Amino acid sequence: MKDLSLYILDIAMNSVRAGAKHIAIRLEEQDVVLTLTIQDDGCGMTPEQVKRLFDPFYTTRKTRSVGLGVPFLQMLAQQTGGDVSISSKSDTEYADHGTLVTAVFHTDHIDFIPLGNLTETIVTLIQGSPNVDFIYCHSMSRGSVAMDTAQMRSILGEDIPLDNYEVLNFIKSYLQEQYQQL
Amino acid sequence: MKSLSELAAIREQMKDKVAIRTGSGDIRVVVGMATCGISAGARPVLNTFVEEVAAANLTEKVMVTQTGCIGICQYEPVVEIFEDGKEKTTYVKMTPEKVKRVVEEHLKGQKPVSEYLIGNTKL
Repeated sequence: MKDLSLYILDIAMNSVRAGAKHIAIRLEEQDVVLTLTIQDDGCGMTPEQVKRLFDPFYTTRKTRSVGLGVPFLQMLAQQTGGDVSISSKSDTEYADHGTLVTAVFHTDHIDFIPLGNLTETIVTLIQGSPNVDFIYCHSMSRGSVAMDTAQMRSILGEDIPLDNYEVLNFIKSYLQEQYQQL
Repeated sequence: MKSLSELAAIREQMKDKVAIRTGSGDIRVVVGMATCGISAGARPVLNTFVEEVAAANLTEKVMVTQTGCIGICQYEPVVEIFEDGKEKTTYVKMTPEKVKRVVEEHLKGQKPVSEYLIGNTKL
């Protein structure tokens, strides 16, 4: 994948498919260390599943027998001298189930890739899952960009879904402008 | 600077419209958005569909949705179009440029773009 925003889209899709109602995507840049966390309240995984997650030949899907999402992210993080860690609570055992993916990258490493269009990734996620609440926060030394769909939903009311075209366009420019103002 | 209060304006605007739900589902455009799709370029394909469908005033008739891996990763980005009473159409190796033609000729003109179909595409 060409840029980090595509990896984020891919990993957040796992949260969507885990039936999450809330997904928080956070990017924190401190000096040359970028920490990405994706936290959800989806069905979670058992310790055994988490262990096998880094194995590209492990997947629960039926349409193909490989699962490359997490291995890709891990490869990218490790290439830059960072790593990926995953903690999860399965809904078979916990009431507060969900998964937390943490990836650390060194942005000064030659193998780090561009961040890409993070706004597009967030808008794409909202378009695909208008009923999920997304929190997005990207903090840098020069400021931060943030968004919470729950807040938007409370203004819009129940009748207007977040995948309404006008709403999606608003969210896109809302984030773009925040980035431009940094 | 955009402020969240603009959403209240959108809500007011929408009040007058009869159909505020996006897409009644007469036509369903489904874009594969698993790892295979995303790495092959599905994100701009999806977003071009969303934009072009809105630009063509088709949002009440056409619903653009996402799905996981369809199982033909070598053909990604894959787009399936479901229409009431018709057989499914599968477009493969899609690009934003191809999307524009599909919206124009298939969704608007009701004539599938044959050269983009899976049966007419070499790997």
